[in-house]
Amino acid sequence: MNMSKDKPLERIWNGIYVENPVFCLILGMCPTLATTTSATNAIGMGLSTTAILTASNLMISLLKKVIPNRMRIPSYIVIIASFVTIVEFLMEGFTPEVYKALGIYIPLIVVNCIIMGRAEAYAGKKGPVESIFDGLGMGIGFTIALLLIGSVRELVGAGTIFGIKVTPGIYVPVNIFILAPGAFLVMAFFVAIMNKLKIGAARRTGWDPTENGCADCSGCAHRNNCSGKVSSEENTEVKS
Amino acid sequence: MENKYSVSPSPHVRDNVTTEKIMGAVLIALIPASLAGVIFFGLHALIVLIVSIVSSVLSEYVFEKITKRPVTIKDLSAVVTGLLIGLNMPPEVPLFIPILGSVFGIIVVKQLFGGIGQNFMNPALGARCFLLISFSSQMTDFSVKGGWVGKTAYDAISSATPLATLKTGVSYPLGDLFLGNIFGTIGETSALALLIGAVFLLFIKVIDLRIPLSYIGTFLVLVLITSIIRGYEAPFYFTLCEVFAGGLMLGAWFMATDYATSPMTTKGQIIYGVCLGILTFLFRMVSKSAEGVSYAIIFMNCLTPMIEQFTRPLAFGIVRKKKKEERNG
Repeated sequence: MNMSKDKPLERIWNGIYVENPVFCLILGMCPTLATTTSATNAIGMGLSTTAILTASNLMISLLKKVIPNRMRIPSYIVIIASFVTIVEFLMEGFTPEVYKALGIYIPLIVVNCIIMGRAEAYAGKKGPVESIFDGLGMGIGFTIALLLIGSVRELVGAGTIFGIKVTPGIYVPVNIFILAPGAFLVMAFFVAIMNKLKIGAARRTGWDPTENGCADCSGCAHRNNCSGKVSSEENTEVKS
Repeated sequence: MENKYSVSPSPHVRDNVTTEKIMGAVLIALIPASLAGVIFFGLHALIVLIVSIVSSVLSEYVFEKITKRPVTIKDLSAVVTGLLIGLNMPPEVPLFIPILGSVFGIIVVKQLFGGIGQNFMNPALGARCFLLISFSSQMTDFSVKGGWVGKTAYDAISSATPLATLKTGVSYPLGDLFLGNIFGTIGETSALALLIGAVFLLFIKVIDLRIPLSYIGTFLVLVLITSIIRGYEAPFYFTLCEVFAGGLMLGAWFMATDYATSPMTTKGQIIYGVCLGILTFLFRMVSKSAEGVSYAIIFMNCLTPMIEQFTRPLAFGIVRKKKKEERNG
């Protein structure tokens, strides 16, 4: 597996694990918390975001020389909004149930901070091929995260997965998990697990992340693809 | 001799009060209320209380063993949390509900935030709200099979809590509310038993009057004004019914006064109590729900750090900037 910088596989792995948009960058909280009431909704939201993210990353990367620096945010929004409109109509036509369940969260993908973040941090600077794979990786990471949260919430909160009952009859669903507080609870547990995995991995390489913080790049797992800029830009500039 | 020369930072004067003693006192103070609950609601109430306590202590023990922390079940705080969770249950609740509540209260609300003294919200109330949202039908089913209440002539309004009756603006027999001959959760039934415990805690200075008095006082005044404006019959009687019904007594004396989740400063405690009164009034009298004590308390628990920030006393000798400018100019 070629894991050197900006290669397709590295980008996809980066999106799924190293910089998972939900569990590591804590981006896109609004759709994450609101649309994960069931596994089906989570998949629908994840896949539509992935499609838009990949397409907008490609388009922005191709147009990066044409777009003036000062006007980049409005231009990005126009590009993203076009793809969102396409996806919205496609979903309305082919998956009306998911479209109905997701409601306002489909149009809201326009201001999804993962898409804006990737446009700012990656697609606006790199070539089209890398940007496609960056979008794919981030999208798959987002979908996996949503699917995990959605499955746990649906399983505990309703006793079903993808609408199929999997728990025995005596199980009483814990309603709170399909309501808003449950989203925060499940999300927090997954972030904690992710931190545990990452801090454990970092400790094994002889670096204690709790002591140095992120200000010190020397032991950071991201230093190959960040060059000290990516994390700060993603964390401060675009929040939806 | 050398002990007398040891150098140590303040505090230099120490009391012999320990967590264990305070929690023991709270447990003793809750005995009358627990007894009243068991007498009025029957044997199942006792089983609920025991199951809650045992599952709380067990989840604290198991969590601390797994995470290799010092085991703190001897300080009795988990017993108090368990008993409070039990007292917040309806008498005929299925037993898995208090068990789940204890596990949630102890592990998620208390231990994950650092254990005793570090919890940002009262574990028992966190658990109660968790259960209330999750199992709303089981948690609001106050029907009773055994015990005193089950045998008395209340078939006409069986399982309608006094609060639900009061919600419609109709008063409830005050004597029954005060003694405990009413439907409700195990602990909130008898205002008299709760007050006996509260007086004991006040007497040995485990709690002081600031939070409960400002809480109940604010609530009382607001309800009185509203019931006069709304033109209810006998507004004073109605107000007293509201004060003695539901979880207000249990919440104000035993839960709002929790050390870890209430402000430390005198001014802060009064602000906290007044805000609790206003919130409980809004939940009970303005919103659609009948009960609002637990939501009011956990809401204010979350605001406690902010209240403390704004009411921090000045260290001795420091003058506020404004006064200093006045003096200079």
